[in-house]
Amino acid sequence: MEFTHVLFLAFAALAVVAAFNIILQRNPIYCAIGLIVVLCALAGLFLTLHAQFIAAIQIIVYAGAIMVLFVFVIMLLNVREEESKTDRQKILKVIAVPLFLALLAEVFVVIRLVNNSPPAIASAADNTNPAASLGSVESIATAMFTTYVLPFEATSVLILMAIVGAMLLARKNSKDDFERIEQALTLENDETEQAMQADAEKSKEEVAA
Amino acid sequence: MKEYLPILIVFIFVTGFAVTNIIASHLIGRRKNTRAKLMPYECGMDPVGSAHQRFSVKFYLVAMLFILFDIEAIFLVPWAVVFRELIQRLSRPFVFIEMMLFIGVLLVGYVYVWKKGLFEWNS
Repeated sequence: MEFTHVLFLAFAALAVVAAFNIILQRNPIYCAIGLIVVLCALAGLFLTLHAQFIAAIQIIVYAGAIMVLFVFVIMLLNVREEESKTDRQKILKVIAVPLFLALLAEVFVVIRLVNNSPPAIASAADNTNPAASLGSVESIATAMFTTYVLPFEATSVLILMAIVGAMLLARKNSKDDFERIEQALTLENDETEQAMQADAEKSKEEVAA
Repeated sequence: MKEYLPILIVFIFVTGFAVTNIIASHLIGRRKNTRAKLMPYECGMDPVGSAHQRFSVKFYLVAMLFILFDIEAIFLVPWAVVFRELIQRLSRPFVFIEMMLFIGVLLVGYVYVWKKGLFEWNS
């Protein structure tokens, strides 16, 4: 067995163990730490598959930035009450096992049915120039800025939408915005209107607190 | 995998540095415990009450915008890597204009966030 295979198996095992840790932990913060371990192990897997750029992004964006958001959500909501709530839904435990087995079977069938071999990945042994391999920064960047220019530019609009959406949802004077949205939607139902007003005031109070 | 050897060496060095520091301070450090020293460190604040309290939504907003601009920065890295090569190959500043468009669109978002007063923390 090659060294890369050993590494691959080690990272895969780490990812699976950490994933089980996420599920089995009670405290949501510990789950978040487990998720960081899973994401770092996945980065290692990407490295063994010669996808260096994705590996780096996996660490920077997922393990770095997106995990911050996860932890903030855990801190924003008081998750303590949720912990006891999920325990009461006993039926979920019963459904979970067959669903998990079904998912495993599905993955197995798909792997068996699909015979398309993946694009050849230049292994480290026969590739003296790392920049020429499929997952390198150079090859991804060349494709991104020549063939896929439109998706790339569309991404900027997508991110802009996310910026505006985030501001609208969580801003200080969100009450005015909610009123404006209400008028735009011309809600005829008075009850919904009042509920939205109450929501806006509540969020304003939260910001002030 | 040979090209990742420096990264591995950095990992080993960093871990070794941390472990050595802890062991060394444990072995040769003097211990004089006071009440203030034994308190859990919490960014200079007295750790009183539960740590499970609700935070202002402003923190979340900043974190969310950090991710969005983080993604922008990540797109800049591959651009910078192939910039020179593509400029020579295409023999016109196509790649440059492309990225300026990208940054320009996101700059609109930045100005929007600024004008809406996100960076004024106390108002």
